[in-house]
Amino acid sequence: MTAAIAIQGLEVVFDRFRALKGVSLEVREGESYGLVGESGSGKSTLLRAIAGLAPVASGTITVNGKTLGKTRDKPFYRDVQMVFQDPYGSLHPRQTVDRLLQEPLAIHGIADGEKRIERALDEVGLGKGFRFRYAHQLSGGQRQRVAIARALILEPSILLLDEPTSALDASVQAEVLNLLEEVRRRRKLTFLMVSHDLAIITHMCERLMVMQNGEAVETLTASQLIGHRVSEDYTRNLLRASEGFVRA
Amino acid sequence: MSGDTLLEVDDLRVTFPTRTGLVQAVRGVSFSLGRERLGIVGESGSGKSQTGRAIMGLTPPQAEVSARKLAFDGIDLLSISPRERRALRGNRIAMILQDPKYSLDPVMTIGRQIVETLRTHEKVSKAEARERALAMLQAVQIRDPARVFDLYPHEVSGGMGQRAMIAMMLITGPELMIADEPTSALDVTVQLDVLKILDKLVAERGMGLIFISHDLRLVSSFCDRVVVMYAGKVVEQIEASELRDAQHPYTRGLLNCMPRIGFERHPLPVLDRKPEWAA
Repeated sequence: MTAAIAIQGLEVVFDRFRALKGVSLEVREGESYGLVGESGSGKSTLLRAIAGLAPVASGTITVNGKTLGKTRDKPFYRDVQMVFQDPYGSLHPRQTVDRLLQEPLAIHGIADGEKRIERALDEVGLGKGFRFRYAHQLSGGQRQRVAIARALILEPSILLLDEPTSALDASVQAEVLNLLEEVRRRRKLTFLMVSHDLAIITHMCERLMVMQNGEAVETLTASQLIGHRVSEDYTRNLLRASEGFVRA
Repeated sequence: MSGDTLLEVDDLRVTFPTRTGLVQAVRGVSFSLGRERLGIVGESGSGKSQTGRAIMGLTPPQAEVSARKLAFDGIDLLSISPRERRALRGNRIAMILQDPKYSLDPVMTIGRQIVETLRTHEKVSKAEARERALAMLQAVQIRDPARVFDLYPHEVSGGMGQRAMIAMMLITGPELMIADEPTSALDVTVQLDVLKILDKLVAERGMGLIFISHDLRLVSSFCDRVVVMYAGKVVEQIEASELRDAQHPYTRGLLNCMPRIGFERHPLPVLDRKPEWAA
């Protein structure tokens, strides 16, 4: 199978701080791949480096067979879209949902906007009634649905998800996770998903990489993790922590 | 009043004036607390934090608090003067907030903040206050208390900041501690360390604890009893050990909707919110 995303020895440096220290990774086409780690582990930086939002110092990123340079061209952004953590911060507060969804279409010069907007809203479970609302008139879960609709409207093949549900209530999180699984199945998307929550990653992803301090700790399949077949102490600690508080 | 009831809350209501009329954030909450760990769980907007703040006396001035009874150790909290309330707050009733980044004073060293809390409520010399602050930092398992004493909040990690906050809140030896999402801003592994410290200190000092959180599973593993809130009301009160047999569909929904390692369910069950829950 071909790799949708292949990363070799990726280094990201902010001033003198090495946020990523030579990370390599391969995500197969149609796969859902997870990145787990604590804050500062570099998991979000890796995602942002792919999207062209972090300064790459060395290493290569290949997406759908094309090795990326310093800048990303338009076809790249049609193919790769990102959903951010905070739906309160990632939607323009003075644009209606309609306007928000038109933006990517305008950038890429896509004509049948009307139909696409209706379809995109429908796909994420928001009716036509939401089309002319502003972000502040929506709940957190509805906003994240709009953000997902905005990502899907260009019909990408890869979705980069940066903690897409960590700002949401547990019950709303379940709805958004279900939605993401459904669109992935329907559109045969490749997911690269970041979360600090092992349970969410094992639920959503087939394979995952545990990260710490800008380095890969280990790569596992979801079933290895479920069966506690992990080799690193750090992963074991994370697993224990995800089981909740246990009184000594 | 009986010796082991620390706090009595009966029909607590918190009402906010808005442009579109009055909004009741808390609508008739009742519970009582002894020297135990009580969890208050609910989603955003359920009124759990406003309940904690009303007990603490930190409701915004434009809002109105009313209750048939809101008594701490027999003291009617709603009829005492602001001055008396202030004397209680931080002394006999303390509160830990969510994010040490925002709730510690950024321009004061950690040590000075702890000393300030202590000297506000007790007449102690500067030297003794410093001594006790250092001992308290030690108690929250900060390895090098003398160094941390002189650091500013931005110089420490989130876990360290939250420990410092716990130290600050415990130094006056409160009888009731309200912890509002004390670990939500922390990484999972750090979260457990902080909870362990909190658990130990609460047990040692025989405090009453109100643990406010959106995380039902975390609360049930930490507390003795859980109050589940929805839309400003208590929908269920249950022993944490019996949570598995929870009756209310909202409680069960909250428990069920989270992904769990080793329990594959696709799609995840979602909450089917019924209007009568809020009625």
